[in-house]
Parts: sequence; C-alpha cells; structure tokens
Amino acid sequence: MTGERNTKLMAQANQLIDHLEAGDNDAAMEAIDELYKVRDCNLYIEIGKLTRQVHNAIRNFHAESSNLVPESEKGSTDPSGVPKESRMDDAKDRLEYVIRLTESAANKTMDMVEDTVPISKELRNTAINLKQSWQRLLRREMKVEEFRALYKDIDLFLDFAGSKATLIEDNLTSILMAQGYQDLTGQMIKKVITLVHDVEASLVGLVSMASQLETITGIQHDLSDLKGPEKDELEGPQMKPETRSDVVASQDDVDDLLSSLGF
Amino acid sequence: MKILIVDDFSTMRRIIKNLLRDLGFNNTAEADDGTSALPMLQSTHFDFLITDWNMPGMTGIELLKSVRADAKLAAMPVLMVTAEAKREQIVEAAQAGVNGYVVKPFTAGALKEKIEKIFDRVG
Repeated sequence: MTGERNTKLMAQANQLIDHLEAGDNDAAMEAIDELYKVRDCNLYIEIGKLTRQVHNAIRNFHAESSNLVPESEKGSTDPSGVPKESRMDDAKDRLEYVIRLTESAANKTMDMVEDTVPISKELRNTAINLKQSWQRLLRREMKVEEFRALYKDIDLFLDFAGSKATLIEDNLTSILMAQGYQDLTGQMIKKVITLVHDVEASLVGLVSMASQLETITGIQHDLSDLKGPEKDELEGPQMKPETRSDVVASQDDVDDLLSSLGF
Repeated sequence: MKILIVDDFSTMRRIIKNLLRDLGFNNTAEADDGTSALPMLQSTHFDFLITDWNMPGMTGIELLKSVRADAKLAAMPVLMVTAEAKREQIVEAAQAGVNGYVVKPFTAGALKEKIEKIFDRVG
C-alpha cells in the first residue's frame, strides 16, 4: 500500500515539476490539489483502521460477555432483542447489574442477620431463665409444683433449642449462598476491564494518529485551557492510602489527626 | 434518644441502623441526602445525626454546615461516617464542627467507640 502510494506521489510530483517548467500554473495548481488528496486519503485510511479497531473492541466485549447475563436479565438489557451496534451502553448495563447484584446480596445477608439475631436472643434469654430455676433447684429452694413446671420447661427448651439451631443453620447457609455474587460480579467486571483496556489501546492509537496529523498539517494547540483534575472533587474510598501523604490510611490516623486539632 | 442516619446507599443505612440497635438505640430515622435530611431535622426533634459525606443533592459537609448555622440545631452532635479520607477533608469537617469522624470501611467497634465518646462529652 505505502509503496503504491509513494509511486503515485512521485509521479504526481514529477507532473507538478513538468507543469511548472512548462509555465502552466493552472495545471500545477491541479497537481497540488491531487497531492493533497493523496495525503488526505492516507489519513482517512489510518483513521478508518483505528475506528474499526475501536469498533471491534466494543463488539468483541459484547460477544464475549453476552453469555454471562442470565436469561432473566437479557430482556432488560436489550429489550428490542436486536443486537446494538454500540455496546458501550451494554458495559453500563453490566456495571449496573453488578450494583444490583451486590445490593441484593447485601440486603439478603442483612435479612438473614436480622432474622437470626432475635432467635439467638430468645435462646439466650430462655437459657438464662432456666439457669436461674436450675440454680434454685440445686440449692434445694424449689417446691414440688415448681419442679414439675421446670421439668416441663426443660423438655420444651430442648425441643426449642434443637429447632432454633436448625433455623440458624438455614439462615447461615442462606448467607453463605448470598456470597455467590462475588463470582458473578467478578466475571462481569473483568469483561468491562478488558473493554476499557481495548478502548484505551485504541484511543492511544487515535491520539498518536492525531499527533501525526498535527505534524503533517502543522496544527498547533493552545493547551493552556486544558483542565487538570478537579481539585475539590470528592475522591471516595482510597485504594492505596499508604502511597499518599495527603490521605489517612486508617481510623487510627483519623483519630491522631483529630486529637492534634484538639479533639 | 432519636437518631437520624443520612447516607445515599440504603445498605449502609441498614448496617448503621443494625449496629445502633445492638447499642440499644432503637429510635432511628433515615434520609438519603442532605436535601431530604435538613427538613426532617427542622421539623422533628433529633438528638443525634450520623451522616455520609459524598451524596447527591446536598453533601454531608454542607448538611453539617447548615446544621451548625441553624440556631435550633447548632448544638446537635454530628458523626461523619464516610469514605472520604483526605487529611484536608477531616480538617475541614473538624473546622465545620463535626463531633466525630469514622472512615469507611469501619468496624462495629470503631462506630460504637465514637458514639460513646460523643455522648460522654455532650453528657
């Protein structure tokens, strides 16, 4: 391709010289236009290639990850059932799916905890009451009627403890199963990371293409109005606090800082 | 003792609500940002405010400043429970009059300790 283009350029350049030497300015201008066209054509081809790469990266992301979405979720992510050309929306859908899945797992786990805590409290309170009666029995402070009641209460408690323990185990199993979100969301997020990598690589290509374009065409940019990162932006959770001196790494750091301020 | 929990994530509100219940505080209400929290604070009596920082609408620091600027609410103890961990933010919260600052992720023990400390101090 490049060789072919070079040959074409050389031929046109020679033609241009011929026209100039012949003093035919109109024909020379036409030849210059032709030269421009060849240059523009090169740029279009390069940009076209990169555009295709970006497009492919997005399409591949969809093709690879579509089998991860459960049937029940497919309708909601693509109601038309027609494959969309751009899958950026799809990446957003996937991340929203991750939010839904983690939220549902958190709620499910808290449901089970809220369900189990009262059971445990009931077991403890009943045991405390029985223990008091039992102590009175051991100290021989108990009347016969009371002993009969205790005898019955202990029988009831043993059944009660057994059935409640089964309930607690069931709830713990539900909590265990709710952690399955980690596997599913992990796979989803990995797919999105791959897309981000591919798109980034294509963008880097586009940027280098753009800089070539600038070099060829001699365009210069005023970079002074480029915005840096927002200073006041809320950063949220810190991933590597130990690498930065302007953030705290632990609650102890917070406490130290506050106490240095007189708290 | 009535406590208002402000966080835009319902799961986080629920975690805090459960921890408060373990500490014996059963009277809680919830709001999902400062915009909805402020009218609640102004219309109903609350004894204590626990708020996140980063929320849509009105952020926790704005809520804190609004509370301190409102004569009726100014004395209310406020605990910030947030993922914001920049030193300048902690200093800003302290200067705005926060009573305690807990960084996420936090432990039940840390939350308990801060709440007890605040109550000890305000009596």
